[in-house]
This record gives sequence, structure tokens and C-alpha cells, in this order.
Amino acid sequence: MSLLEIKDLHVAIGEKPIVKGLTLTVRSGEVHAIMGPNGTGKSTLAKAVAGHPSYTITSGDVLLDGRSLLAMQPDERARAGLFLAFQYPSEIPGVSIANFLRAAVQARLGEGEELDASGYYRRLYAKMDLLQIDRKFTSRAINDGFSGGEKKRCEILQMAMLEPRFALMDETDSGLDIDALRIVADGVNALRRTDLGVLMITHYQRLLSYIVPDHVHVMWDGRIVKSGDKSLALELEAKGYDWVKNELVSA
Amino acid sequence: MSLPPDAATLPPPLDAASPANPVMGIDQAAGNFSYKMDYEFDAGTGLSEKTVRYISAVKKEAPWILEFRLNALQQFLAKPLPTHWATPDLANINFDKIRYYLASGQKPKRTWDEVPDDIKRTFERLGIPEQERRFLAGVEAQFDSEAAYSNIKDVVAKQGVIFANSTEALREHPEIFRKFFGKVIPTGDNKFSALNSAVFSGGSFIYVPKGVKVSHPLQAYFRINAENFGQFERTLIIADEGSELTYMEGCTAPKFSTSTLHSAVVELVALKGAKIQYITVQNWANNVFNLVTKRGVAHEEAEIKWIDCNIGSRLTMKYPGVVLKGRKARGEVISIALANDGQHQDTGAKMIHAADETTSNIVAKSISVGQGRSTYRGVVHIPKHLKGCKNNTECDALLINTNSRTDTYPAITVRGDANSVQHEASVSKVSEEQIFYMQQRGLTEGQAMSLSVNGFVNDLASQFPMEYSVELKRLIDLEMEGSVG
Repeated sequence: MSLLEIKDLHVAIGEKPIVKGLTLTVRSGEVHAIMGPNGTGKSTLAKAVAGHPSYTITSGDVLLDGRSLLAMQPDERARAGLFLAFQYPSEIPGVSIANFLRAAVQARLGEGEELDASGYYRRLYAKMDLLQIDRKFTSRAINDGFSGGEKKRCEILQMAMLEPRFALMDETDSGLDIDALRIVADGVNALRRTDLGVLMITHYQRLLSYIVPDHVHVMWDGRIVKSGDKSLALELEAKGYDWVKNELVSA
Repeated sequence: MSLPPDAATLPPPLDAASPANPVMGIDQAAGNFSYKMDYEFDAGTGLSEKTVRYISAVKKEAPWILEFRLNALQQFLAKPLPTHWATPDLANINFDKIRYYLASGQKPKRTWDEVPDDIKRTFERLGIPEQERRFLAGVEAQFDSEAAYSNIKDVVAKQGVIFANSTEALREHPEIFRKFFGKVIPTGDNKFSALNSAVFSGGSFIYVPKGVKVSHPLQAYFRINAENFGQFERTLIIADEGSELTYMEGCTAPKFSTSTLHSAVVELVALKGAKIQYITVQNWANNVFNLVTKRGVAHEEAEIKWIDCNIGSRLTMKYPGVVLKGRKARGEVISIALANDGQHQDTGAKMIHAADETTSNIVAKSISVGQGRSTYRGVVHIPKHLKGCKNNTECDALLINTNSRTDTYPAITVRGDANSVQHEASVSKVSEEQIFYMQQRGLTEGQAMSLSVNGFVNDLASQFPMEYSVELKRLIDLEMEGSVG
């Protein structure tokens, strides 16, 4: 079993504090959802944990199985088992999905170890079948001219191939119509397994009807202010974020 | 006059530990070694009439060639450096400190076993004999001023194809050589074509007879071994009516602290209906001034295609051109330039339309990294009296890191209304977000940059013969990994 521990984390963009003391532990097999209104620091949390250079961690720690990630480069964190499904994935013109994933898989092999090409393609096609993705998809350049739904499916396919220990999913539902949402959710559910921990960041409850979380956290002004099980998401949906705000003010 | 080899000025063997690549064997690190040679023939340091006479005498040349050289020397001395439009860095070339001719012998060997050990080892480390066995119709391997090895497969020779170095060809095929030599690129074309014409040595001479289609590429490999040296190969390729040829050249040099000069002249003649494809993958060390003049003449319905990959060097100035002389002739330049820290790739293309219904296509992609600088210069000329001519020009620049610089100077002169021209240019950047995205998938920063560069040139690289696109990809990987601080 693996543990991802976020301990009293403070993150700033430039001089501006965004995440202000957030603590959260995710275990393998668990799905956590972080909900909250826009501008509350949800995406900042995900990018800071993944090591984006524009985000400064001013204090606190992030540990993967007891080992701090903070001194590690983004690629080292990725190879240690951390995956970020981006809200806005980058386009890489001229680089096909198949070649990109191949490079990413190769990067996880030891020095002097060569990728077995036929084994790689067998595995890739199996994952594509699992996620019901057309074979032609992987010859397209990464995210280049993709629709919103295609970008998110591309993220899920990468997650399936790289088999991370923990996945941070940043607004995976944004920009998707209900059919696309269902397809993406089916993909994530197909990857849910005892050794994968998931931290889902979302603005809306609707994703959580398809990917049912074990734990729900409400984030407000850079902190987690409320935690509960899946019923918290429904309560939030019914009462709106103002409910949390009012509770905070009265406290 | 015979000047003894000055052993004291020869570099010590560098023999740096380098990652060997058993497959292609040509990478920048692998090129960074040299052997201490005792050159049997050495024209000494500096350039004068004596130098020219020495080279001509050593080669036992006919009097007309000596005359040609001496005339070229006068033109070279009379011409100013083109620093009014080109980079002032040209003024840093010290022509008095360069050695213009170094050779261990005059006749290239026909088998690798006869090649002297150190030279043979050099080419083995660069993977040349291996490539020859795998996919080439013939190889010429030039070491400093002369070819050390030259061989053409029997089956190709039996078709009447001539493949020799310029020294041999001048002796053995003067009638063909003289007819075309210096006609596509006159001595006085520019200062460096004049310099080459004065001191040229080595390079390839190829004649493909009428209707002969050479199925595998012929390859030349140009190796600089000595420090303070100038390499001046001279290549002339004639494809007779209806024939076809693919020629490839590769080049490397060790990395010395002083600068090295490479100044070649390459002339192509494609007679009626002939096709020449000329591929260059240069990988010079970053102390090399690479100032090369390349031009072809395409006769009626003939086709000349330059594929030019410029990696390495301190300064490259090279603008392959095609004179479209006959009706329906086609010209194409596909160029990829990678300018890393401290390098300037000043490259481009020239398309001179001189007959009706001629078409030309230029696709130039440049990558500038760190302080690297790329410049595209193009000339497309379609005069008023012609009809049905077409040109397409595309220049794309990729910048990696904010200090990089790229300039585009397209000069497109199209007169008359019976011709069409299309020009597109783009500049893009590899963003921090793209790099982070790729790093998040487990690629190092260097691997991420290299992948975006490979993606950028992907549509061009896929037009190369397979062996060379693999090689190009590997060179880009090495170059980019070295560029991450």
C-alpha cells in the first residue's frame, strides 16, 4: 500500500499566497474529491504537488511513501508514481500519442534497458480497447486540434499506460458534454483498482455521480474546511457554496 | 618546394570518452577525437601563390588547372568579406593562420584494409564502413585534404557510373570535368567560392550516364582531423538525360580551441529529365566556420532536390540554389537548421526561374536554442517574360528559450501576372507549459525539448531515407540534451 501525504502545505504564485495550510492523506485504492468554488486554490494544489516551476511551496511538505517530493524535478516525481491529468493539456505538434507514450514508458526503464516495441504496442492496444478508443487515435499529434473530450480521453489513456500510484485529476469534467463525461468517467472507473489512489479536483458534483468518491473535501480560500463522505457532495450541490461560506463566517 | 609536416602544431589525440553508438555511430561526442598524423604533404600555414602552386604540383595537375587556381586566388584576395550584409563574425577568420593542404597520400584506397590504421579507425568510429555494407552504392571518405578511401560497388560501376574524387577525375576524365567545372558556380560568385577555386582538393566527381537510375545512394564523408585546418572539397555531379541519383554527405570534425574552416563548392547538373537528390547531414563541432556554396542547374523536365540538415558549427552560411533553366524543371530545398548556444545558422535557398512552367518549393525550418541564432535568407526570382511558373516558400522557426534569435529575409521577386507564388512564415516557441506537460509524463527537460524539436521537423524528416531520419533524430536528441543547463 502507498501513501500520499500533503502536510500543512502553503503555495504561492509570485508573492501571492494561494494555498494556505492544506493537509490531506490519500491511500492506495481511495478516491478523494476536492470541491470548491473557482479561485480557491484547487488547481494550484495539483500543479504544486506535481512540481510546476511557476508555483512556490513556501512551507509544508508532500510525501510519497514517506519520501518528500519537494526537492525532486517534475519528471522525477512522475517516475516516482505521480500523474497529473491536466485541465488544459498542452499541444505538442508533430509528436504522435504513440511516440510520446513510448518515450514516457522508455523514460521509466533503467539505464541501458531497451523498450520492447511489440510488447509496448500490445499493451497500448489493450488499454485502448479497455477505454474504447479507436486505433487511429494514437497516430495523431498530442492534443493538436483535439476536441475537449478527445483531450481528456488522451489524458486517461496516458494514465492507463503509465500506471501511476497516485493520480491528480484536475477538473477532468470541465468542457465536456454529458456523453463525453460518461466516456471519461467509464475510463477512470476501469482504472480504479486497489493500488491506485485518486485525487479528483472538481467544481461540480455531476462528475461524482459517475466516479463515486470515498471521501469528499471542500476547499475554501486555500484550505480544506469540511470533509465527509459522498453525501457531502450532494449536500453541497443542494445548498450551494454559500452554505459553506456562511458556516465559516458564523464560526 | 616541399614543406615538412610540422608535428609540433598537431593536436594531441583527444580521444575523449564518448558514448558509442553501435548502429549509426555518428554523434557529436563520437566525432570529438583526432589522431596525431604525420602528413606526407603539407602546404604549410597561410595562403599565397606558393601555396596554390604547391597544391597543384603535388596533384600533378594540367597547366589549365593551375591557371584556374591562380586566377581564383587573385579574385579571392580582391573581394572584400561580405560583412555589409553577413555577420561580422566572418572577420574573425584569420586566413594567415590556416593550413590549406594536408594529406598522407594522393591516391585513395579501394579497400578498407589498405587504408592507414589511424584513418581507418577514424572512419570505423564514425560508422562509415558499416553504412557502406548496409545501404550504400559507393563511398568516398575524405580525411583532411584528400580521399583516403573511395569505392563504388561493381554493379553500379558496370552501369557506367563514374564516382571519383576531384583530383582523380581531373586526371582521368578531363573531357567531362572541364565541360561542366566552374560553370554552375563561377569562381567569382563570392569570396568563398573564389577561395575554394584556388585551393580545392577532394570532393566527389560523379557522372551518371543517360537513363541510368542508381538504386542506392552514393555517399561522401568529410572528416577534418587537423587543427587550424581548412577543408576545401569540390564536388561536381552530372546526371545525364533521364538518369537518377541520390547523393549523401556527412561531415564531422574534432572540437579544437581554435577555429577550423570548411569551405566547399558543390555544382550539380541535371540534364533533360534527370533527377538529383542531394542530402547533407552535417554535424560540425562548434569551432567550425562552414561557408559553402551549393547550386544546381536543372534542364528541361529535370529535378534537383537539396535536403540540407545543418547541425553544429560556429557559423554556417549556406544557401543551396537551383537554376531552373529548362521548361518544366523543378527545384526543391528542404532545410533544417539547429542553432545551439554560441552558434549561428545563416541558411536558406535560392530559386532562379529561367524557363516557362518551372516550379520551385522551399521549406525551411530552424530551431534556435539558448543564445543560438538562426537566419533564413531566400531568393526567388521569376522574371516578367516567363509564364506558368510557381514557387512555394515556407519558413518556420522554433524558439526554445527567450534569448534565442531568429530572422527571416525572404527576397521574392516575381514579375508578370502569369506566375504564382505563395509564401508562409511562422515563429513558434516551446513554452514552459509544454515542457512541464512532458516532464509530468516522466521525460527529463532535455528529452522534452528534444521531443518537441523532433515533432517540429517531423514532416520534413519523414521525407528522408530512413537511415538518415534516424540519424537526424539522434543528433537532435544529443544536441538538445546537451543544451539543458
